[in-house]
Amino acid sequence: KSSVQTIGEEQIQNPYTELLVLKGHQDIVRFLVQIDNYRFASAGDDGIIFLWNAQTGEKLFELHGHTQKITAIAPFSSSDASEENKHLILTASADRTVIVWDCTSGRQVQKVSCFHSTVKCLTVLQRLDVWLSGGSDLCVWNRKLDLLCKTSHLTDAGISALVELPKNCVAAAVGKELIIFRLFASDDGSEGWNVLEEKRLVDHQDNILSLVSVNDLTFVTGSHVGELIVWDALDWTKQASECNFWDSSAHPDVQPEIKLSQSPNETSVQHLTSDEECVFAAVGKGIYVYNLQMKRVIACQRTAHDSSVLHIEKLPNRQLISCSEDGSVRIWELREKQQLPAEPVPTGFFNMWGFGRANKQANQAAKKMQENAPMYFLELVGDLIGHSSAVQMFLYFGELGLATCSADHLIILWKDGERESRLRSLTLFQKLAQNGDLQLKF
Amino acid sequence: MISAPDVVAFTREEELEDELCSEPPLPEEYSVPLFPFASQGANPWAKVASSKFTRDFILISEFSEQVGPQPLLTIPDDAKVSGTFDLNYFSLRIMSVDYQASFVGHPPGSAYPKLNFVEDSKVVLGDSKEGAFAYVHHLTLYDLEARGFVRPFCMAYISADEHKIMQQFQELSTEFSKASECLKTGNRKAFANELEKKLKDLDYTRTVLHNETEIQKKANDKGYYTTQAIEKANELASVEKSIIEHQDLLKQIRSYPYRKVKESDFQPYEPDCALGQADAGCDPVPAPSDLAEPGETHLYAHVPSYTPKLIKAKSAKCFDKKLKTLEELCDVYFFTQTLDQLHQIERTFRGDVCYLLTDQISRALLKQQRVTNFLFEDLSFLDEKPPDKQYRGCQELSQDAVEKSSEESSAPKVVINLGSYKSSVESVPIKMEQEMEDSHEAGMTESFTFEHQENLDYLDADIKGSISSGESIEVLGTEKSASGLTKSESQASLPVSPSPQGGRSKVGSRRTVSEDSIEVLSTCPSEALIPEDFKASYPSAINEEPYADDDEGGLRFTPKPNPGDAGGREDVSDPENLARVDSACCIGKESPNFFESLPDGGQKPCDEDGVVRIPPQPYRQVEQGSRGTFGSFPSHEGIPGGLLPSELDSRYLTGGREVSKSSLDECSDSASYISSAASTCSDRTPSPAGRCQPAERHRKKAGQNALRFIRQYPFAHPAIYSLLSGRTLVVLGEEEAIVKKLVTALSIFVPDGGVTAKPVKHWVTSPLHLLDFQKWKLIGLQRTVSPAGVNVLHALSRYSRYVSILDADSKTLRCPGYKGTVVSRLADHRTQIKRGSTYYMHVQSVLTQLCSKAFLFTFCHHLHLPINEREPEESVAARRVNFLKLQLGLANEDIKIVQHLAELLKLRYIQEPGTGGNPLLRFDYVPSFLYKI
Repeated sequence: KSSVQTIGEEQIQNPYTELLVLKGHQDIVRFLVQIDNYRFASAGDDGIIFLWNAQTGEKLFELHGHTQKITAIAPFSSSDASEENKHLILTASADRTVIVWDCTSGRQVQKVSCFHSTVKCLTVLQRLDVWLSGGSDLCVWNRKLDLLCKTSHLTDAGISALVELPKNCVAAAVGKELIIFRLFASDDGSEGWNVLEEKRLVDHQDNILSLVSVNDLTFVTGSHVGELIVWDALDWTKQASECNFWDSSAHPDVQPEIKLSQSPNETSVQHLTSDEECVFAAVGKGIYVYNLQMKRVIACQRTAHDSSVLHIEKLPNRQLISCSEDGSVRIWELREKQQLPAEPVPTGFFNMWGFGRANKQANQAAKKMQENAPMYFLELVGDLIGHSSAVQMFLYFGELGLATCSADHLIILWKDGERESRLRSLTLFQKLAQNGDLQLKF
Repeated sequence: MISAPDVVAFTREEELEDELCSEPPLPEEYSVPLFPFASQGANPWAKVASSKFTRDFILISEFSEQVGPQPLLTIPDDAKVSGTFDLNYFSLRIMSVDYQASFVGHPPGSAYPKLNFVEDSKVVLGDSKEGAFAYVHHLTLYDLEARGFVRPFCMAYISADEHKIMQQFQELSTEFSKASECLKTGNRKAFANELEKKLKDLDYTRTVLHNETEIQKKANDKGYYTTQAIEKANELASVEKSIIEHQDLLKQIRSYPYRKVKESDFQPYEPDCALGQADAGCDPVPAPSDLAEPGETHLYAHVPSYTPKLIKAKSAKCFDKKLKTLEELCDVYFFTQTLDQLHQIERTFRGDVCYLLTDQISRALLKQQRVTNFLFEDLSFLDEKPPDKQYRGCQELSQDAVEKSSEESSAPKVVINLGSYKSSVESVPIKMEQEMEDSHEAGMTESFTFEHQENLDYLDADIKGSISSGESIEVLGTEKSASGLTKSESQASLPVSPSPQGGRSKVGSRRTVSEDSIEVLSTCPSEALIPEDFKASYPSAINEEPYADDDEGGLRFTPKPNPGDAGGREDVSDPENLARVDSACCIGKESPNFFESLPDGGQKPCDEDGVVRIPPQPYRQVEQGSRGTFGSFPSHEGIPGGLLPSELDSRYLTGGREVSKSSLDECSDSASYISSAASTCSDRTPSPAGRCQPAERHRKKAGQNALRFIRQYPFAHPAIYSLLSGRTLVVLGEEEAIVKKLVTALSIFVPDGGVTAKPVKHWVTSPLHLLDFQKWKLIGLQRTVSPAGVNVLHALSRYSRYVSILDADSKTLRCPGYKGTVVSRLADHRTQIKRGSTYYMHVQSVLTQLCSKAFLFTFCHHLHLPINEREPEESVAARRVNFLKLQLGLANEDIKIVQHLAELLKLRYIQEPGTGGNPLLRFDYVPSFLYKI
C-alpha cells in the first residue's frame, strides 16, 4: 500500500531490545527535556510535569502547578560552579503562567503569572544568565524572575520560536517574519537589560515552523510551505535558500495525480536539526539531508514514515532517528553510495512537490554536482514500534537508551537489552556481596 | 516439582490399580520376581490386600459412659470405605489405649472439683488381625452432665499401611492436633456457656429456696425448727455449695490459657471469645450475695434469652438421660471446622506413603530454592504458616534405620520402624511418670538384630500372656506433645544427663509389659526428637516454649552460619567452593556436557536401569547446609584445583532428576553441624499440602491438555519455545472454550516473573496493547468478524514482533523458529506418557533442569564480570557463550531460553522488596515463520 521503506523483523543493528513503559500522564505527552546525565522531564497536555530516571524508569517527581496544557519547557541549569549543581526547569502553560521548578527537591521555586498571552517558547541565554519568554511579546528575565525588559506587543499570533545568535542577539519567528532582537546592557549600569528590534526578515512565504542554530555563523529556518533558508548569523543575510525549489522544482517522474493529493502539510518543515556539516530537515513524511557546504540536498528519504515526521535528531554515529505521527520511531544511517547509480537520485529537495513543470536545468545542475561529490543515502537500520499513537518527541540518552513520548499518554524507554543484562548482573553480584551471601573464603 | 516421574514410579491416582491389572501379562522371560502378594492379584502397592477396608479413613469414637466404646462417625462418610471392617470392635481397641492422664474430681487437699486440662495423647497401634494400623489421637471434652465432667473421645487415622502411619506420624500428629485443638476450643466455649446457665439455674433455685425459708420462718413462731425447715436449710446450703463449685469450674475453664488456634478460619470467633474471657478475667467472680442483686444481670448479658430453671434437689445422673452429641458438646461452628480439617487430613494423606514422602521432600527442597523456585512452581504452599511449634515431634529419622528397614522382610519391620522413632521398645503405664522416662533414657545399645530378636520374643510372650484381650493390638508409638501447659511435666521428664552413647546412636531400652494386654511398642515424647548430644548442651531448651526463637529459621535457612557450627560447616562447604570455582575455571576444559554425567561416588538413588531402589525418605533438614543458600559462595582467587564436573552436578543440579543422596549422606556425616541443624529441624517439617487440592486438579487438567496439544500440533515446539524464551504467545480463536483449553495447556510452560500471579490471561476481547505484552506472556484472544475484530487483528499485526500467534481456528502458528533440543525432550509428540499429571511432572522435571542451568549461569561470577579490570567485555561475552554451549550443553535457541530464565532470576533477586519493580519487556528482532499443520 505505502511506498514507505520497511525493514523486516531481523534488525541486527537495532540495539533496542528492551523497553520500559512509563505511565503517569493522562493526556498527550508533547515535551521531553533532559535535565542531566540520567534524568529527564516530560510534559504535555495534562499540565503535569514528571521527572524520570532514565536508567531505571523510576518516577522521581510529579509536579503539579499548571492548570492547562504545557506549551514550552526549558532546562535552566545553574552556570555557577559554586552553587551545588542546581537544576531548574522552566515550564510555560496555556494558563499564562511560567513556573520554575527545582529538580532536586521536586518543588515549585517560583511562579510568574503576569503574562498577557500564552508563552509559546522559552529560551535560556546561559551566557547572560537570563531567560526569554516569547508570546505576543518578548520578555527578558533574570534568574530571580525579575522582569528586566520587554518588547512592545508584536502580533497576536506571537512568537513561535526563538534562537540565540551571537553578539547578544536572538532571532524570533513571528508568523512569516523573522525578527532579530539585540539585548543591550542598560545605561544606568545596573543589572538591567534593554531589548531592541534590530531587523525584520520577511523572506519566508509562509509561517516559520522551525528555527535552528547551526553554529556561530549560521542558522536555518524552515516554513510551512517547505522553504528552507540558511542565514548568516552575524549580518542576518540569506546565505542560501531552497525556496525556489519549493516553488518550481518538479521532477518529470512525478505523477500528475500526486499533485492533487499534495497538501501544504506534506511539505511543511516540521523540524530541523543539524550538525556541523549538514542540516537535517523533517519535511512532511520525508527526511532530507542538506549539506551546508555543497548547498544542496545530499540524501533524502521522501517517504520515511507513513505520516508526518514530527521530530528528528542526529546521533553521533552517523545515525539519524525520526519519529512520526504514525506512531513509529525509525533509525536511519547516512551511508555513502559507492558507485553512482544510473537512476536519477533525488535531485532536489522537494521534487515530489511539483506543479508539473519540468525543470531540466535543475536536473542538470544536480547531475553536475553528483560528479564531483559523493552521494549519500539514508538506510533504514531499525524501527521501534510501541506507541499506539503519534510519537511527539524523543530524547536520546546515549547508552542509557532512548525515551519517546506519544499521544497515547505513554513514555517508552528503549534500552539496549544486552547492556541492561550486564548491568543487572553487576547489580546482582553487588547485592550478593552486600547481603553477605558472597563470602570470600580463602 | 523436584520429583521426577522416574523417581516415583507411579503417581497418586485412584484408577491406577485398575489399569495395571487390566494390562496383559508379560511374557514369562521378561517377568520379574513376583511381589509376595501378587498371587492375590494385587499390584505391589496394594497393601490393603489383607485389610477389610478399601482405603484409609478417619474414625471418631467415644468412650460412652453409658454404652462403652462406640464409633461416632467416619470420614469419608461412606459405608464402602470401611467395608466389612468392624468399627465397633476397632473403637473398643483404640479407646482402650488412652494414655491421657485425665483426672477430674476432688483431688486430695482441694475443696472443689478440679478440671484437669488434659493433654491429648497420640498413639500408634496396629491390629494385625484386622490388617489395620492406626494413628490414634485421644482427647477429652468437658460435659457438665458427664461423669467427672469429662467425655473421652478419640480420632483415629486408619490405614492398612503401617509404614504410612509410622512415617507420617509427625504430620498426622500435627494435623490431628489442629483438629483436636479446634474441637476443644469449641468445647470450652460450650462448656463455659453451660456453666453459666447452670449458675443461673442455681442462683434462681437459691432465691426460690431462700424465699421459701423466709416464708417458713415468718410462719413459724414456735421457736424451733421443723424438719421441713431443716431440710430446706440443708437444700439451700447444698445449692450454695454447688454455686461455689460451679463458679470455680467456670473460673477454671476460663482461665485456661487460651491457645490460639492458628488457623485463619477460626479468627472470626476469636475476638468474641477473647472478649468474653477478658470480661471474666477482669471482673472478679461475684460473691453469691452479689449475685442476688438485680444489677448484676449485665454479667450475663450475652445470653439474655435464657430463663433460669428450678433445679431439683436430687438431680441424680441417670442412665436413661441422653448424653450430648459431639456436635452439641462443641460449638456448631467449631464442629464443622473440625470436620473440615479432618476431611482435609483425609485428602492430604490419601494415597501411597511413597507419594506422600516424595511430595514432602520436594516441597521442602523447593522451599529452599528461593532463588529459582518462583519460575515454574506453584508456590502457594510457601505462604502457609509453619506448623505450630508445640506440635513438634520426631522428624529425625535415623537414616540407617530406614535403610535397613527397606531391606528387611515385612515381619520384623515393625520393630525396625520403631527404631526409626526411638529404637526403643518400652512399656508405658497409663500415666507417664518420670521414672519411666528415665528408664528409657538409660537404655543400652545393642546390636540391631539382637534387639529385634529380643523384641520379638517379648512380643510373643506378651501375646500369649495377655488374658483379657489376647489379641493383636500393638501400640506402636505414642507421642506426648510438650505444650505450654505441661511445661512442668516435660521439664520433669527431661533427661539431664546425656546418654552415654551420645550422638544419634540407637537407644535401646528395657521393656516391660503393662498390666493389660496392650503392648506399647514405643512412645515418643516430644523430647525424643532432640538428639542426645544436643540435649546435653541445652538441658533447659525444652522448658521454654520450645524454640520459639527459631520462628524465622523454621522455614528458611539463615544465610549466615552460626559461629557454633562453623567447623562442621567448613567440611561441607569446602568441596562446594571448589565446585563453584570449577564452574568458572573449567570452561576451557574438555567437559562438553557434564550435566549428563551422574555422580560416580556415593549412593545413587537410581540404578542404571532407572529402577528406584531406595525408597524416598522423609525429608531431613540437614540438607540445607549444603544447598539452597549462598552461604559459602566462593571467590575465584585463592582456591586451587577443582572438582570434577560430575560432582558439581550432583550437588547443584539435584533439583533436576535425582534427589541427590550422596550430598545428603555427606551432610549427615558432619555431626557437629547436624546438632545445630537438628535444633531447628522439627518445626521445619513440611506440612503436607492438603490445601493444593484444586491446584492439583488444575495440574492434571493442564497436563492432559498439554499432552493433547503436543500430539495434535506438529508445531508445538516453536510455540513452547516462544513461551520459554519470554515471547508472548497469543492464542487466537473464535470459541472461548477452545482458546481457554489451549491456554490452560500451554500455561504450564510459562515461566513466572514472580511479581504477581502467573502471567497468563485466558480470554481477552479488546485489542492488545504493548502493556499487555509486558504483563502477560500467554493470552487468549477472541477473533470476531465485527469492525472491533478488525482492530484487534490490526493491533496484533502492528505488534507482531513482540508476539507469537497461534491461530486455533486455522491451526497455524506464526513465531520464530526453533532448532534446539530442550523442547523436544519437553514435548515429544511420541511420548509414552498417557496421564496428565505424569506429563505435568515430566514437564516440571525438565523445567527444573532448565532452572538449575539458569541458576548456574546467573550466579557464576566470571561469566558476567571481568576477571580483572583490563579484560575486555568481548572476552567475558565469549566466556559466557562458551559456558552456555560447552558447559551447559545448550544449542541454538536453547541458549535464549536459559538467558531469559537467567534474566528473570536476576530481576527477581535484585528487585527491592516492597517495590513492584518496573515490568520490562524484552524482545528480539528475529524473523517469524508461519507454521501450518
